[in-house]
Amino acid sequence: MREVAVVAFAQTKHTDHDEGLIEPELISPVIQEVKRLSGLTRFGFTCSGSCDYLAGAPFSFVSALDAIGAWPPISESHVEMDAAWALYEAWVRLQHGDVDSALVYGYGKSSQGDLREIMTLQLDPYYLAPLGLDQVSFAALQAGALGADPAALREIVRRSRADGRANPYALDLPEPGEEGYEVEPLRPSDAAPITDGAAAVVLAAGDLARELVERPAWITGIAHRIEPHYLGMRDLARSASAADAARAAGVGKGPVEVAELHAQFSHEELILREALGLPPDTVVNPSGGPLAANPVMATGLIRIGEAARRIIDGGASRTVGHASSGPCLQQNLVTVLEA
Amino acid sequence: MPSEPLIAEHVLEFPGGYTRTTGPVIGRFLTELRDGRIVGVRTADDRVLVPPLEYDPATGEAVTGTFVEVGPAGTVLGWAWVETPRKGHPLDRPFAWALVKLDGADTSLVHAVDAGDVKAMRPGLRVRPRFRPEADRVGHITDISCFVPEVTTMVSHVRTEYRVQPGRSLARFLESVREGVFLAGRCTHCDKVYVPYRTTCPQCGSSISEEVELPDTGTVTTFAINNLPDPRAPEVPFVSAYILLDGADVPMIALMGDVPAHEVRQGMRVKAVWVPPEERTRSMTNIRWFAPTGEPDAEL
Repeated sequence: MREVAVVAFAQTKHTDHDEGLIEPELISPVIQEVKRLSGLTRFGFTCSGSCDYLAGAPFSFVSALDAIGAWPPISESHVEMDAAWALYEAWVRLQHGDVDSALVYGYGKSSQGDLREIMTLQLDPYYLAPLGLDQVSFAALQAGALGADPAALREIVRRSRADGRANPYALDLPEPGEEGYEVEPLRPSDAAPITDGAAAVVLAAGDLARELVERPAWITGIAHRIEPHYLGMRDLARSASAADAARAAGVGKGPVEVAELHAQFSHEELILREALGLPPDTVVNPSGGPLAANPVMATGLIRIGEAARRIIDGGASRTVGHASSGPCLQQNLVTVLEA
Repeated sequence: MPSEPLIAEHVLEFPGGYTRTTGPVIGRFLTELRDGRIVGVRTADDRVLVPPLEYDPATGEAVTGTFVEVGPAGTVLGWAWVETPRKGHPLDRPFAWALVKLDGADTSLVHAVDAGDVKAMRPGLRVRPRFRPEADRVGHITDISCFVPEVTTMVSHVRTEYRVQPGRSLARFLESVREGVFLAGRCTHCDKVYVPYRTTCPQCGSSISEEVELPDTGTVTTFAINNLPDPRAPEVPFVSAYILLDGADVPMIALMGDVPAHEVRQGMRVKAVWVPPEERTRSMTNIRWFAPTGEPDAEL
């Protein structure tokens, strides 16, 4: 495998409301920032992740290219997924060996519609979507299947929000108070907040990475796995796909100092910790994680970015970034980063 | 000068909805559903997938062409409770989402359960589909309106009417209550004073002939706070207490009043609150309740 590293990462100061920016306006600052951090202005490959249903417009990602500068023509691609999968595509593209750098970005404005019902549209159109099964409802089915200890969930929310308050890019959310169920067994604070935001990452291969930064965050393992879509065909209390991806990425081959997990509901952290086989001393989501800021379609990329940043900064030498897609952790991507 | 944000309402919709082809597997399921039946498809490994998929999720192999009728009853494996339904939800009242393993199936179906109350939900709950009326079924997952729990209980109404008399000793007691007096009986053999008045001693069995008039003051020995409404009680919660009338050896049960429920305590001194003399009958309703006297608590 060709050596590929994260050399730059930037994210917006995420908001819980619409700042009145259209997508190119939202992403332009983070693109400028990773160009500044990496020193690169042109990239061998560009790939983005976003969701037309968030904007309510087809091919909305095309207009986002205005923030990239696509003349002379660039080699570009897009995934209708979290931008963590755009990063995966860029990593694969770099394996070809003919280009050495890639720009990856993702963005989403959940504030414009009803995210809980927009997420219904990802479900199969025959059996699940017509029932109006919304995002919190299917997550609650999984939380119920797990039978998670309410005190453990509450502690995850408390810790995530406290870490988020210390993270200038995450939302300032209060200590969770007394609240009723949104969909039992989940309470409103068990769900990631509605968030607008964007993030960008620059990947570089081999010697270019070494030239650009002192401590590149080398991707020593990256894999994603998916399992059946229909919720009644799998054991919702476990994430077999996350476990398989973690094994393929080699998570267990060394210590994990920090793991950034794409857990959009508190119970998902418990499932993912077990699936990834994280030792008890691994610090999970020190950024606050998705429960403190969830710019949909960028949240997974931010997990990889946050995990990489700790290596680039010299604060850690082996970290894990995780991203998820689909209902109830259907698809999982695991990235191992090392100094 | 900052201006108000410019906001437009925007709707994404395909008028009339997309027309989707179903293929033979999903099409068969929806066709059977329109006829009021639920079928699964058999895999090469002899498992029954409900709802049917074209490929076995475990192996990726095409499923067999064999369809099997399942259910209609099934077992709830897992559930989540929606207290406030959304516009797009299948029910407009609180309901559960559930994973229902239909009898004869090896996988579970996601659907709504109209259970009325979250307390009715539990893993293992047996449920059955409630189909839409035949004329309204079109071949759609919502041809099943929802699932409903199987019948496991029923209400049986019992009401018979009687005319009862209190018996001689209690009648004697109630006559004295009409006069504002608690009448007790003393067993000379045991030296015990019983109230309400009775004609035999429950301890030694001997006849009681000595009547004793007791005062309407006493001490709370124990009590219960009741949270279910009772037509005889003034409000909820109300307190029913055992009151040991001064001079009696057994307590009498009575309502407490004129005191917040949480202030009632063992040893509290109380006095009967009577209805006015002109309203009194041969009934315990002559005593509204017992109220604290304000005296220091008594040792029990």
